[in-house]
Amino acid sequence: MAGRSFGIADSLIGWGIYVVGLLPAAIYFWLGATGGLGADPVREFEQTLGLWALRFLILTLAVTPLRELAGVNLLRYRRALGLLAFWYAVMHFTVYLTLDRGLLWGTILPDIAKRPFITLGFSALVLLVPLALTSNRLSIRRLGRNWRRLHRLIYVAAALAAVHYLMATKVVDPTQAAHVGLIVLLLAYRLVRPLMPRRRTV
Amino acid sequence: MPAYRPPPIAASEITPRAVYLRRREFMGLMAGAGAALGLGPAHAEAPATVPLKTVPSAYKVDEPLTSRDDVTTYNNFYEFGSGKADPSRNSGDFKPRPWTITVDGLVGKPQTLDVDKLIAEIPVEERVYRMRCVEAWSMVIPWDGFPLKALLDKVEPLGSAKYVAFETVVRPDEMPGQSGLFQPMPWPYVEGLRLDEAMHPLTILAVGLYGETLPNQNGAPIRLVVPWKYGFKGIKSIVRISLVEAQPPNSWNLLQGSEYGFYANVNPEVDHPRWSQATERRIGESGFFGSGRRPTLMFNGYAEEVASLYAGMDLGANY
Repeated sequence: MAGRSFGIADSLIGWGIYVVGLLPAAIYFWLGATGGLGADPVREFEQTLGLWALRFLILTLAVTPLRELAGVNLLRYRRALGLLAFWYAVMHFTVYLTLDRGLLWGTILPDIAKRPFITLGFSALVLLVPLALTSNRLSIRRLGRNWRRLHRLIYVAAALAAVHYLMATKVVDPTQAAHVGLIVLLLAYRLVRPLMPRRRTV
Repeated sequence: MPAYRPPPIAASEITPRAVYLRRREFMGLMAGAGAALGLGPAHAEAPATVPLKTVPSAYKVDEPLTSRDDVTTYNNFYEFGSGKADPSRNSGDFKPRPWTITVDGLVGKPQTLDVDKLIAEIPVEERVYRMRCVEAWSMVIPWDGFPLKALLDKVEPLGSAKYVAFETVVRPDEMPGQSGLFQPMPWPYVEGLRLDEAMHPLTILAVGLYGETLPNQNGAPIRLVVPWKYGFKGIKSIVRISLVEAQPPNSWNLLQGSEYGFYANVNPEVDHPRWSQATERRIGESGFFGSGRRPTLMFNGYAEEVASLYAGMDLGANY
């Protein structure tokens, strides 16, 4: 393990991921607040946050196959990518509650309970909460083997998020197909991985 | 004091029309490239709309109008793409004139009518209507059009005619959503109304908005507007109207029958399976921070005029 080599450069890159990763949210918020998001800015902002949550889920899930198949090791940045996915999901849900539904709990709660489209998205967010809470070093040490088991929940969360995204529109468009296709591919990799002859690790 | 006068422009410096017209192709190309790279809205030059002569009408909603900019850039017109900005971006090549509509089926006088002749013959009224999309957003739009009844009367429907079927044009060369890999639905887009709904004075064929001919993205040159129904009933760029005996198919119902019915009357009590229809967001009203949700009205606020059409009908079953 190259634990020693985590120098200043690495920690700069680590923080850089958060800064760059949160830029889309900041830019879209600014555009929305200044009238730059078209006729229905709330919807645009809400959907963009959801899309970026999905993108960071995809990047998080891509770390292992990249390491094993392409020899690119981004493992040290996986926590940041996963946390960015979580924070985008939180922002997506917050915008739904506030800017979109105006905190009208009388319609929000039945929607979450009754409508599969919203129930699925909400479940994905709930599943990410324990993962975000145990993303620190202390938890990794404390939980031991169970940490890996617990964090397999990301597969379920990603699948739920993908279905939620497919259900959000009336028909499937190319952007959706690309994102959902990647998630299917990355989840399928987990299924075939045990069957593969030998794993290369870097 | 002599005012400054700019020198006259030499004829040689004016771009020839043929070249100037190609500019739109170029802009369309660049807009497409920009969109492909995800660079956000890049509006292609929309073809010019022409002022219409209109007469006033009593059918006016007393609510603030949605801006022309929002009405013409936030559209569902899947023939030009499924994104809201796609129709305004991708409809630059569409040629809405000359244009004819064939009216046939169970009629005494089937005929093919020229849209511009219709506009010259039938008085075009300004109708300010609410527009409620099934996706739970709404607008207030000043349409220019005439009652569908005026056109149907010309062809003399037979007694056996019970429904009216509508069909949108199919032009893959001019409508990018109709070609390529991702085609959201089978073409042509079709819609239908019961004959009494079609003959209702609120039901119009719109040929313009904001006092000018329809922009391509809004369904040029002629489209249906039925203000008490969800927006998808408002079929655009119509080429055929047929009077028929049995209930005709409608595209969204064919695609997802459990979510979109034939009637599609605006009804806050009958939810879409994936979302509530009890409230709507009025486009452009509240901006980013006000939530802007308002209650959806029964029959989109036109209950007084149209509720009797559905007396005794189970509106939950006939959504």
